[in-house]
Amino acid sequence: MVDTQAPEKLADKPPVTVGLFVTCLVDLFRPRIGFAAVELLERAGCRVAVPKAQTCCGQPAYNSGDNAHARAVAATLLDAFDGFDYVVAPSGSCAGMIRDHIPELFADDPVLADRAVALGRKTYELTSFLVDVMGMPTAIARYQGTVTYHDSCSGLRELGVKDQPRRLLKGVDGLTLTELPSAEICCGFGGTFCVKYPEISNKMVSEKTAAIADTGADTLLAGDLGCLLNMAGKMSRESRPIRAFHVAEILAGMGDGPAIGEAGEDLSAFTDGQKG
Amino acid sequence: MQTTSQNFKANSIKALADPNLQQALGKMKVGFVEKRAKARDALPEFDALRDQARDIKNHTLANIDYYLETYEAAVQKSGGVVHWARNAAEARQVVLDICAQEKAKSVTKGKSMVSEEIALNEALEAAGYEVVETDLGEYIIQIRGESPSHIIAPAVHVLKEQVADDFRRKHLHLDPKRSLVERKDLISEARGVLRQKYLDSDVGITGANFLIAETGTSVIVTNEGNGDLTQTLPRVHIVIASLEKIVPTLDDASAILRVLARSATGQEFSSYTTFSTGSKRDADPDGPEAYHVILLDNGRTDMLGTEFEDMLRCIRCGACMNHCPVYGSVGGHAYGWVYPGPMGAVLTPSFIGVADGGHLPNASTFCGRCQDVCPMRIPLPKMMRAYRRKEYEAGLAPPAMRFGMDIWGFVAKRPGLYRLATRLAMGVLGWRGRRQGRFKSLPLASGWTDHRDMAAPSGKTFQDLWDQRHGARTTKDLEREAAQ
Amino acid sequence: MSPPSSRDEILGKIRAARGRSGPVTGAERERLEARLKSRPRGIIPQKARNTGAALVQDFITRARAVEATVQDISSLSEVPDAVAQYLADHNLPAAVKMAPHADLAQIDWSQRPTLTLSEGRSFGQDKVSLTRAFAGIAETGTLMLLAGPDAPTTLNFLPEHHIVILKRSEIVGAYEDAWDAVRDRLGPDGLLTRVVNMITGPSRTGDIEQTIELGAHGPLGLHILVLAD
Repeated sequence: MVDTQAPEKLADKPPVTVGLFVTCLVDLFRPRIGFAAVELLERAGCRVAVPKAQTCCGQPAYNSGDNAHARAVAATLLDAFDGFDYVVAPSGSCAGMIRDHIPELFADDPVLADRAVALGRKTYELTSFLVDVMGMPTAIARYQGTVTYHDSCSGLRELGVKDQPRRLLKGVDGLTLTELPSAEICCGFGGTFCVKYPEISNKMVSEKTAAIADTGADTLLAGDLGCLLNMAGKMSRESRPIRAFHVAEILAGMGDGPAIGEAGEDLSAFTDGQKG
Repeated sequence: MQTTSQNFKANSIKALADPNLQQALGKMKVGFVEKRAKARDALPEFDALRDQARDIKNHTLANIDYYLETYEAAVQKSGGVVHWARNAAEARQVVLDICAQEKAKSVTKGKSMVSEEIALNEALEAAGYEVVETDLGEYIIQIRGESPSHIIAPAVHVLKEQVADDFRRKHLHLDPKRSLVERKDLISEARGVLRQKYLDSDVGITGANFLIAETGTSVIVTNEGNGDLTQTLPRVHIVIASLEKIVPTLDDASAILRVLARSATGQEFSSYTTFSTGSKRDADPDGPEAYHVILLDNGRTDMLGTEFEDMLRCIRCGACMNHCPVYGSVGGHAYGWVYPGPMGAVLTPSFIGVADGGHLPNASTFCGRCQDVCPMRIPLPKMMRAYRRKEYEAGLAPPAMRFGMDIWGFVAKRPGLYRLATRLAMGVLGWRGRRQGRFKSLPLASGWTDHRDMAAPSGKTFQDLWDQRHGARTTKDLEREAAQ
Repeated sequence: MSPPSSRDEILGKIRAARGRSGPVTGAERERLEARLKSRPRGIIPQKARNTGAALVQDFITRARAVEATVQDISSLSEVPDAVAQYLADHNLPAAVKMAPHADLAQIDWSQRPTLTLSEGRSFGQDKVSLTRAFAGIAETGTLMLLAGPDAPTTLNFLPEHHIVILKRSEIVGAYEDAWDAVRDRLGPDGLLTRVVNMITGPSRTGDIEQTIELGAHGPLGLHILVLAD
């Protein structure tokens, strides 16, 4: 780990290359999180590319016991992210899959085992990468509001993501963080769990949204879109006036856009000012 | 015990709709969790002690035949008898044989999950014995005709007012106008009623938290003292223990005891930790004349050497269920067999098979909190996932899910096809949802939209937008950009 | 009573899983035997490592934290007053069932003629017992009592109130220290006493709505007299 107290060190190093693992949910549902991640990584001094041949980390199959499909899908990542210094995902769940579980899937594969371990080693969740690897002291942005934070389970317990997003949020002007007492309790998403056991999932997310409302916050943040879709969807159904964003959006100064489940996304903002 | 694990889904829906149960679970979720956290924080060595406990048990399991034989010899030396039982039927038969030989009429029992596992009460009652559970929680569920819903708090699902009703129904010899409002009233009534039962009983049956090879000792850990009365007053003491309870020495047991109560109830140590070695000695003024130990396998040895061996480290503290959001939502009975919560989600398919118990390892979000709090560092999510794999490989997973996985897998391993398919799907969904930003209902996703809205996709995928922006795709692109 | 084949089959399955055809043998077995004999100690928490007066104070503080009551006495001659006072404070009848222990036999009860004393085990009629502890464990305020001719187990559990005499010098830090003391006292047969009771506060239950109440089946009062020696 790089000394996070010394951001000036960054200048001494050649820029690192990052392959962004967009994650399927961000790719399909909320591309703006991907652009927020690119923005933050570039601000931290990384050069970011988004390999074309990525689809999903394989978790839906892996957690359903379908290891054959999980392996087939995960194998695409081994090629896609070859050559990058790091792989970063705006999700603790997908990063945890690549870091801890894909190596397990290929543990007995004479050809791919080493490559899976190598891929796992260089893979990080976005906020922990920014803080722990790049030494970003805090994020500079503006967001007017009182936010509360939900720690998504995989990020928290598999990857130790807890302080990093909070540290980055400290630099956001106008933002007050009020902690959620049940922040470490699962929201009930659990990938396919929420459709396999919808009634239990509903009970869990109902308790979660009630706890969120009790904090008095006007905004909910988290680091995983799956959990956010679940909680935001419940709050919307309950007509709670609480907006939900991925933490990367707020850190990248994109909190003026539509919250999750709100209309009015202007995609042209992401394709204007093209690079090239 | 009648198994309803196959009906986990229906059981859980019923549990969610039961207001008494939900109220009881609400109380449980806070108490145990806060008390454990406090106990952990008060002991700086706690995590190191967990590592040590894991190591002790791993060492023991690696040589468990040696330690069991050593234990057996030590018990015999102390005047006790060891019986080996391959399965539940054999264990029940040993108990019945002892009771018959001792011409017993009544049996008192300390709390024992293994006795639930082998359905001992039913067998004893069928043979004509009076069986009395003496742990307060076990007594409550016995008179309610229920099974335990928690491994250390068997009546956690019952409210105080329900206990009062049960006592009035059952204790007809007492004044019907007596007050049963306070917990103290209920506890004092149970104390009085059960006191005579201990004194009248011929055989006392307890479980064991540990068996100690060094000394041939069985250990019970309780708070009430019922286990001690159960094993002290009757003529015969029978210990029923599954064989993975063995540890090498008194010191090893002590080391594990440091994490047991703290993880379970948040106590630093339970009120009574009792080490029993053999029967009454000649000069002893009290104690049982006979001491029997039944070593139960019932599927444990099948787990040795497999990916489920870690589960044999379990010391039955209940921390995993206390911290499980699924258990906290539906309670223990929904799990449908003896062991609920995350540990039950591994033990149930291990003992009754994945065909009947397969729901349980699926009913987890893999939030990982169980593993996080397990004093023996058992990787519970990993083992639940392994059972999902076994279920899938055996063709037992629901056909709709398999079909879905096949399609998803076919597409997701072909990035080009995936791009095309997702572009079309997200285009349609994004267009349909663009006005509201979310869907109140969606065909094929009612499991989601019955309970919550679904945010509409933006309409274009990140990948397509990135193309439009001509963003870098490869390390070569990055080198090119850097050179410009 | 179980078929002999059950034992063989269980051990056989274990050995098959361990890739052995028979028992552990040779150097490996010697290693296991040595571990059993040497009984390696693991981590002893810092809180169990005080000595002297601090150790005694740890024991008292922690016993009180689990709702035991503790009283210092400087000699056995103070026992009758202490017992009488406890009975009066708890509105108990003036009768005590005593363990037939040599130390307790030395106590002169003549100044308390109204107190009825009897010796032996309990059959459930006694409200109060008086026993002698083997050790106190400071780590968690735990008493250790060894069953034997002079220490009936029933006295620890049947009466409503249990009064225990413990010498200051019998207080140790950790559970392991207490076990070492027990081993020093093993008889020629090397057997532990039939029962070793570790008692940490009075009986309690949380079985009704997870709220702790004292006096479930065992004593609802545990009073420890810490005797200077």
